[in-house]
Amino acid sequence: MVEAIIFYMLAGIVLISGTAVILSKNPVHSVLWLILAFFNSAGLFLLLGAEFLAMLLVIVYVGAVAVLFLFVVMMLDIDFAELRAGFVSYLPFGLILAGVLAAELIVAAGAAALIGQPEMGVAAANVAAGAAASGDVSNTEAIGALLYTRYVYVFQGAGMILLTAMVGAIVLTHRQRGGVKKQNIMRQVARRPEDAVRITKPNTGEGVEL
Amino acid sequence: MVAFFQTHLGDVFGYLVGYTLLVLAIVLPVLIGVAYAVYADRKIWAAAQMRRGPNVVGPFGLLQSFADGLKVFLKETIIPAGANKGVFLLAPMITFTLALVGWAVIPFSAELVLADINVGILYIFAVSSLGVYGIIMSGWASNSKYPFIGGLRSAAQMVSYEVSIGFIVICVVLWANSFNLSTIVEAQRGTVLGFINMNLFNPLLFPMAIMFFISALAETNRPPFDLPEAEAELVAGYQTEYSSMSFALFWLGEYGAILLMCALTSVLFLGGYLPPLDIPLLYVVPGFIWLLLKIAFMFFLFAWVFATVPRYRYDQLMRLGWKVFLPVSLFWVFLVSGYLMFVTPGHFQ
Repeated sequence: MVEAIIFYMLAGIVLISGTAVILSKNPVHSVLWLILAFFNSAGLFLLLGAEFLAMLLVIVYVGAVAVLFLFVVMMLDIDFAELRAGFVSYLPFGLILAGVLAAELIVAAGAAALIGQPEMGVAAANVAAGAAASGDVSNTEAIGALLYTRYVYVFQGAGMILLTAMVGAIVLTHRQRGGVKKQNIMRQVARRPEDAVRITKPNTGEGVEL
Repeated sequence: MVAFFQTHLGDVFGYLVGYTLLVLAIVLPVLIGVAYAVYADRKIWAAAQMRRGPNVVGPFGLLQSFADGLKVFLKETIIPAGANKGVFLLAPMITFTLALVGWAVIPFSAELVLADINVGILYIFAVSSLGVYGIIMSGWASNSKYPFIGGLRSAAQMVSYEVSIGFIVICVVLWANSFNLSTIVEAQRGTVLGFINMNLFNPLLFPMAIMFFISALAETNRPPFDLPEAEAELVAGYQTEYSSMSFALFWLGEYGAILLMCALTSVLFLGGYLPPLDIPLLYVVPGFIWLLLKIAFMFFLFAWVFATVPRYRYDQLMRLGWKVFLPVSLFWVFLVSGYLMFVTPGHFQ
């Protein structure tokens, strides 16, 4: 009963905020609605008992990706009226995209129902963790056991692709500029009073040789 | 307790009442703690500068924070004409709520914990990573230059230091073999030489404790990392346009987050509710007293740093985060996991 109420609350907020993402006039508001949608889908994961995934969703998507999103959207200088102008001309294209996505989802769900549950998820993870029926493995351990045994190459491959993308972005955007004054922290720290200060006791009227 | 209310008041209503009471039992002490943290902060700075600090309202000025709270409550709320009203009002509420939400998983003693969830440390990490939204939203919604720069600075700063905090936490998690905060505390029982209940004195984790403390300062925007509100350059940073209760909510949220970070440091490195030494006599003192003492000690360190260290420059802050802390903590994850894998066989079973 309580679970059902919480589920409908979370799912309702996800739907409402998802709609608000595309309906709100201000792009910053769109991002904020998107964040609310992320957050509530994390809540849905929690209801499924996948607490590790829920926390990762919040940490990675809400805590890092969406912050950068918001960062960029806030910095943009957007004319809202101009942004709304092409709405009607984009509408058919958007509807086609939505239709294709919906059709694929229905086909995928139908296929899963036809061939039965594929061997994946927590059940397979328990096998991998060596605790088939007992079910005393927390889903953090289950994901770890599955990710680092059966799917280790896929996992490492995904990591390598991300790394390549990161290095590529840096290589493409980084440019060496000449004549920029930079601080060398090592040199600053290595500097001693003996190198910088000279203590002399000149006699009266003689002055100091600089 | 929730079960008790559910039998008497019905399934749903009893659930609500039971959890509301439990939440209040944590939130009210935390808010009173925040009031006295502000007072302690001001007294410690005063002592460092050879002043008296607040000493007029109540004995030793103990009621100063409440007088300030009442004053702020009676002020007029001003919303700038150009501000984005909804987001402007939402931002302080988010900051305040997030500072309180994290306390749900802190184990106050072996039994006293509201939500003993498997991924407690990840939960706190998620909550603290959300803290940036209050600041960045207030900076944008104020529609003013200083708050905006403050908000952007804060976003970059908090995202940078979260990365190293994550790796430091992973070191401790590897050592305890669990994401659960109670298990992390229990894993520290006699962890060093068989009788010291603190990860801090573990030579492998000691550097991580120092780095965690510094990252916690940066994560909570405390000096020397208080660039989001650097008063010499940005007036008051992201909270420039705020007044009255919305300003007070920022203030409370900031101190709530600081206390939460102190509690987290105590749980991860100082043994949480365990006494410092594994001696039966010390277990006479209840667990939450030990946790309270450790939080107070950590808070003293926070105030001490505030009073003595000058503010960082922004490029120095970024350099420390990305070029020093990130590589060192990443290396340390390899070091700790390698040590546990090869020197203590069977640790990960």
